[in-house]
Amino acid sequence: MGRTTGIIIAAAAAIVILAGVLLFMLKGGSESEVNELDKELSDMPLPSADGTAAAPAATGTALAGKSLVVVSWGGAYTKSQIEAYHKPFQTTTGAKINSVDYNGGIAEVKAQVESNNVTWDVVDMELADAQRACDEGLLEKIDAGTLPAAPDGTPAVQDFIPNGITPCAVTSILFSHIVAYDSSKFPNAKPSKLADFFDVKNFPGKRGLRKTSPKINLELALRADGVAGDQVYQTLSSKAGVDRAFKKLDTIKNDVIWWEPGSQPPQLLADGQVTMTTAYNGRIFDAQIKEGKPFAIIWDGQLQELDVFSIVKGTKNLDAAMQFVAFATDTQRLADQAAWIAYGPARKSSLPLVGAYHDKPDIDMKAHMPNAPENAANAIQIDFLWWADHQEELNQRWAAWLAK
Amino acid sequence: MGTAIATQESLAEQFKRSGKRARRGTFLLVLPLLAFLTITFLLPIGNMLNRSVGDSTVADILPRTAAALRAWNGKGRPPFSAYSALADDLVRAEREGKIGKVATRMNFERAGMRSLMIKTARVASTFEPPYAQAFNAVDLQWSDPEVWGTLRHASASTTMGYYVAALDQTRKADGTWVPKPEEDQVYIMLFERTLWVAGVVTLLCFLLGYPLAYYIARQDERTRNLLLILVLLPFWTSLLVRTTAWIALLQTNGIVNDGIAFLGGEGARLELVHNMTGTLIAMTHILLPFMILPTYSVMLSVPPALTRAAISLGATPWTAFWRIYFPMTLPGAAAGGLLVFILALGYYITPALVGGRTGQLISNMIQFHMQTSLNWGLAAALGGILLAGVLVLYIIYARVIGLNRLRLG
Repeated sequence: MGRTTGIIIAAAAAIVILAGVLLFMLKGGSESEVNELDKELSDMPLPSADGTAAAPAATGTALAGKSLVVVSWGGAYTKSQIEAYHKPFQTTTGAKINSVDYNGGIAEVKAQVESNNVTWDVVDMELADAQRACDEGLLEKIDAGTLPAAPDGTPAVQDFIPNGITPCAVTSILFSHIVAYDSSKFPNAKPSKLADFFDVKNFPGKRGLRKTSPKINLELALRADGVAGDQVYQTLSSKAGVDRAFKKLDTIKNDVIWWEPGSQPPQLLADGQVTMTTAYNGRIFDAQIKEGKPFAIIWDGQLQELDVFSIVKGTKNLDAAMQFVAFATDTQRLADQAAWIAYGPARKSSLPLVGAYHDKPDIDMKAHMPNAPENAANAIQIDFLWWADHQEELNQRWAAWLAK
Repeated sequence: MGTAIATQESLAEQFKRSGKRARRGTFLLVLPLLAFLTITFLLPIGNMLNRSVGDSTVADILPRTAAALRAWNGKGRPPFSAYSALADDLVRAEREGKIGKVATRMNFERAGMRSLMIKTARVASTFEPPYAQAFNAVDLQWSDPEVWGTLRHASASTTMGYYVAALDQTRKADGTWVPKPEEDQVYIMLFERTLWVAGVVTLLCFLLGYPLAYYIARQDERTRNLLLILVLLPFWTSLLVRTTAWIALLQTNGIVNDGIAFLGGEGARLELVHNMTGTLIAMTHILLPFMILPTYSVMLSVPPALTRAAISLGATPWTAFWRIYFPMTLPGAAAGGLLVFILALGYYITPALVGGRTGQLISNMIQFHMQTSLNWGLAAALGGILLAGVLVLYIIYARVIGLNRLRLG
């Protein structure tokens, strides 16, 4: 027994001592060595997209023998993509798709591109991340002209919702940050508007909020505080506006349970840990439909965000990847996906084609789409460009506010 | 007689030579480990420390601007040459598609720089002298010397900027440090909290672990082994599982709170998880074996006869324990304490899961900057400060307690 611990402690001690030695070494040669290594890595030529013309969107091209790595968020979401995109794509082209799960962010893509070891081809990202990765040169440019037109002939650029096509990204779905509550906890008056989330007196119980970033929370606070949808980012651009948002959040700070992964909010509601929480609308839909939970969604003041397909810079399957993105984001495919998950299709022409839930024909998915007109009355879209500018400064303040 | 001495000498030499050979053999045996540590540990740490002081993105992409700003001391207005140099550099960066990279880098230093640079680069090819006016026509921010000061700091090949930020400070254009606004200060507080948590966890581990080690050491061998297996049992379960189990146990409607509610009524439920309490409980549980094992193995080596002798010489059992037994077991507890303390300083999965808002530590910020904000320079600076802190504490520890007094059994 003693010997095992001895080894553990010796290893720990060795590590500390080696670190100490390293500090001295750094003064000498190793710094330049590391520098060179760093430089070599950053100087490595990245394969460019020049000359590789984007593939035409026409399907039916034989891609037999090709295999494509498509990375997404896992769970019910990936399942919906496999059913609506992967399976038909494999049938029509003969390509094989390997589906890989990840937790979002661009760290992994950055690592792959910078080490010139690209193993992912197509990545499903949040628009803000895709924009950032695009800025940093981590993604291939996608020519919007190669995307198929709507069935009535409307070109893709006009068919997609605003911001649906950006230089490196094509949107597949629109998801929404909503407030959900457990209706069994409010037997009398039910909460109905965003402001009720901050009203712990009339609607008692803990609240759930996303811990990861100030995004969503600041907008939510301002909307609940009475700021009009089109004034939110203007207000947040001044220090007074940010102060106002934090002041509103202060009113419930001690009643909040903080969540991180998207699977947590429905769990918190089900466990009775919170009575109301922010959540992704699709997760709440799942809990309602699949598990029959008495949850309800407040669509008032919902914050919409886009989820996009991007192609990793330097992929060896550029051609197939382009074809896949064009195929997956055509009108019918986007409408098909809505039969599997409650996220809204990114094309206007897809919305009328949305039908019933795949194994429950009595559930009309149109009513559950965040961009269905009756749900979207008071919605705003998260301004990803505004966040690209302000995230560093607000992340810092957010972390400080959380920790205090 | 003479021959006998000669034989003795050569014997001594032979002995020395074979000793040398043995030493060389041992060295060869540890060589793979050394190489392994160098590749997986020393180089990455060197790389990390290097990143914390240097980032050549701006100097590489905007070389002429960097040169022009080097000649400026940061006081008053930037030189006119800087405007024309930046116009040139922006045109080139835009053409080569590198503008996003440098804009993102600049946004780490100052909010809004990203869109300012991208917006300016888009039209920079149309700029004509006088350049200062052309810049101000795009955005009045360019008339603020602080914007140019930020560029100047970021374009230096080595920078203390990340360490400045890691200490909750910012730099003015002329290089003076000023504290960040109160509401943005977070890192120093988190460093202090991390030290505090590590200290409290070490103390809790000692208070819980020492009596248990004492108890185990006094059992017969069979019971001892059985109890030790129970101590080691948690090691066979994944860290994540153990942490998540604590959430299930401690949450508002968890088993522990159900028990409390049964005894004290529904109003008595406590908040035990998603806060500092949760972090302390889970970390203490997970780190406890690291305290128990060294303490226990040192206790085994203390001859029971010594305590008996003390008692037979008239000491009370307490005096015998406190004056004889305890000092002899202290080296084990000290080794365990050092181990727990250093491990606790770097903990992040457990606080991330059970810490909620108030139970976050500095390592959670490092992880955030590594994985989410991708501000690797700042993450490296925070890591560098933590590393330096650990080394300083280690040296103090070595001075006060004495490393030769640490014993592991």
